[in-house]
Amino acid sequence: MSLAPSDAEAAARAAQARRRWLLTLPALILLFCAASGPLLVVALYSFLTAGEYSGVEWTFTLDAWRQVFWTKDIFDDVWRPADAHLSIFWRSIRLSLLTTLITLLLGFPTAWFIATRPRRNRALWLFLITIPFWTNLLIRTFAIMEVIRNQGVLNTLLLWSGAITEPVQILYTDAAVLIGMAYVYLPLMVLPLYAAMERVDLRLVEAAHDLYASRWRVLRRVIVPLVRPGLVAGSILVFVPAIGAYVTPRVLGGGRNMMLGNFIELQFGQGRNWPLGAALSMTLLLMVAVALILYVRYAEGEERDG
Amino acid sequence: MADAPMRRTRPFSVTAMPGFATVAAATILCLYAPILVVVAYSFNAGASIQVWEGFSLRWYAVAWDNGAVQDATARSLALAASASAIATTLATMAAVATARGRFRGRTAVYVAINQPLMAPEIVTAVALLIVFAQVKLITGVQGLGYLIAAHAAFCIPFAYLPIRARLKGLDPLLETAAADLYATPWRTFRRITLPLMGPGIAAGAMLAFVISLDDVIITEFVKSAGQDTLPTYMLGQLRRAMTPEINAISTALLGATLVLLTCFFLLTRTRDN
Amino acid sequence: MSRLMMGAAALALMAGGASAQELQLYNWGNYTSPELLAKFEAETGIKVTVTDYDSNDTALTKIEAGAHGFDMVVPSANYVPIFVAKGLLMEVDYSAMENFSNLDPRWVDVPWDQGRRYTIPWQWGTTGVAVNTSVYDGDPNTSDIWLNPPEALKGKINVVPEMNDVMALAILYEGGQPCTTDRELLRRVRDRLMEAKQSWMSMDYGMTERLGAADVAASVNWNGSTFRARLLNPDVVYGYPKEGYPLWMDSVGILSDARNVEEAKTFINFIMAPENAAMISNFARYANGVTGSEAFMDDVMKEAPEIFPSPELAAAGVFLPTCPSEAVQFYTAIWTELQK
Repeated sequence: MSLAPSDAEAAARAAQARRRWLLTLPALILLFCAASGPLLVVALYSFLTAGEYSGVEWTFTLDAWRQVFWTKDIFDDVWRPADAHLSIFWRSIRLSLLTTLITLLLGFPTAWFIATRPRRNRALWLFLITIPFWTNLLIRTFAIMEVIRNQGVLNTLLLWSGAITEPVQILYTDAAVLIGMAYVYLPLMVLPLYAAMERVDLRLVEAAHDLYASRWRVLRRVIVPLVRPGLVAGSILVFVPAIGAYVTPRVLGGGRNMMLGNFIELQFGQGRNWPLGAALSMTLLLMVAVALILYVRYAEGEERDG
Repeated sequence: MADAPMRRTRPFSVTAMPGFATVAAATILCLYAPILVVVAYSFNAGASIQVWEGFSLRWYAVAWDNGAVQDATARSLALAASASAIATTLATMAAVATARGRFRGRTAVYVAINQPLMAPEIVTAVALLIVFAQVKLITGVQGLGYLIAAHAAFCIPFAYLPIRARLKGLDPLLETAAADLYATPWRTFRRITLPLMGPGIAAGAMLAFVISLDDVIITEFVKSAGQDTLPTYMLGQLRRAMTPEINAISTALLGATLVLLTCFFLLTRTRDN
Repeated sequence: MSRLMMGAAALALMAGGASAQELQLYNWGNYTSPELLAKFEAETGIKVTVTDYDSNDTALTKIEAGAHGFDMVVPSANYVPIFVAKGLLMEVDYSAMENFSNLDPRWVDVPWDQGRRYTIPWQWGTTGVAVNTSVYDGDPNTSDIWLNPPEALKGKINVVPEMNDVMALAILYEGGQPCTTDRELLRRVRDRLMEAKQSWMSMDYGMTERLGAADVAASVNWNGSTFRARLLNPDVVYGYPKEGYPLWMDSVGILSDARNVEEAKTFINFIMAPENAAMISNFARYANGVTGSEAFMDDVMKEAPEIFPSPELAAAGVFLPTCPSEAVQFYTAIWTELQK
């Protein structure tokens, strides 16, 4: 029996599809067992009633979802739009966007610098970037606190240099949270960028120079399009976890202004309102998932390879 | 580089961008500034990580005598090593299969793989606690496996994204050419694709390792009796006062890493020569 | 790879389970004296492994989920009834224990555990205000310090982000009782907090060092932490707000699904001996509930006013009850508005 060419092609395509799924399946199974699957439990909790002493009672209700967007005023029992929740959401998004921008501005040149070192030194430079992160997050955050506090290293240096006459209050402000988050998330930007830059064909850059393109133009028209997948990966890895950040805002922000991660933690902890915590998390998850899909479609454009 | 335009008087490098080296140097300096603080306070004579009271090796002695904190450190490292190895392997496979080409379910796979990034840690933590506790009750199996599975799972996107970014730009023609020369798919992968992915895999593995090493909230909820890691050990101290003991341990770790790296660097260099 | 690791881990666990005398203690971080455990092991041959938690809620959630492997837990007074109501703590005839008579009678018939059938005192303390007298030398024994602050302290105040303690202090200041659901009173509490927040610098933990380094001039803080701050900086004093302030006590109990019950009982009897209870206090710098343990405490602790208040200051202390969910809802709503 002989296959017609189209049949052979179809068979090859089917084999490819099978291989695709076989290779992806282990990751998907682990993710389902140890991340996404258990989250379904939390999704279910968002439709239940809060237990008297934490946990849930198995009574179905949409109360938690209503509470995400509206709050019943504790003083006059009137339902109003939950502006406290909105301002927490907005602060988280704003600070995460700014963090992404800062890590990009610092991370792009750093990654480029590493990617253009002689080949055998590159791994060393990569290690130099990641070694500070082998030191635990909490200790690092406290070290940043030590640097930026009023009697800290930074203020002492500035005072000594005469740039300022009295200490600048950085600690316990949004600026402190930004500094801390940019620090914590920097490698998440640098490494994917490096991975993408490392394979940029320098002959293209050279050609552009030969055509008398300015460096800025070369950067914008040649390099950035070539490393776009790295940019996309880096910005996702910084922005998405930053929205739910917990430790850095709590320590450096001085806890006066909550971010989403802290707010959700409150519901699962002292607030004893698991369903609301669950509904808030699901809202965040859905928002981020939609944003992610749109962003990836937009930023990566149409697939060119096949 | 040799054919740089003649009109330029300075030696010309196509890779140099104005100010990039400065920013890179400043960034790396900033990365190490807080680490220097950590190192400095590890030698503090006082019990504080923020009030300097003179030089002493006291906290190294304390850490040396503290079996619990050494166990926690060893557990953290073992956990990070195994979780990042698993995550990187699975992520590499998934990236090879999904980074290029269009196929049905592409978006769904992408979202599924990146899901751990999207849920705040505390939610995943509570969910895992509830589900894993049931699994433990039913199967009776305890052990570090649960922590490894949880860490490997949330490390997957951190490994996957850099590898995918690397693969996306690779010319599929190279692999097609190999296939045309009757290389088996496995051979093509091993000889062509894998070496080309190298830097992506290295970046992904390093990220996964660091992310696992830092994790506190998920670990706090998933850990069983006697399974403290360095971060959960520290979290417990957050409300009271932290002592420079952790600084001493961090510094020792840092020192060990630097020694290893230097050896590695010297070894590879002599071989090159 | 993962199967290999799991296999190795399972083997390690089996090997661990085979060693006879062990005990798993689930306790607050940095709260258990290593010397105490060493002495206990030397005397009894029982090896205690400590695993840390950082909040009552985490401990409760984990214990309730089950299959945790712990034998003992140390919840705060207002969480003990929750643990008991959920059936998580084992009822034990502690009064039959040899060292039970050492307990200060004041801590035996406590509202959260009448007659001590579930728990035994670990440490107790107070939540009050710490003030740096070089910045403000007025009376520290009032919540005015943080709720209606004098000019000298404005912008230099910290409040520990502990919802139950902070809300209780504010409610007591406004003349109510903790867990109140009186809306008129709660409205005053909210307004008071919102206004006072303008004068706060931060809501953070770790005040031992911040007070010690004079980064903050005043803070709602725990007594033991303030005591340690004073050792760093003699200008720091601890105030017991006369309007009322929370007393707290962490108590150790045996879990109903504990595997090493006899060892746990041995341990609990052990810590009720004065010299052993003193080791707990010397380490974490809070008072315990055992009579005669003061004699074994470090000299700096014996006369510390932060640890042992004078009777007239002690009178304003109130134990926080376990609030019903309605009150918690009010608390959370106000707390959210405060931190939004």
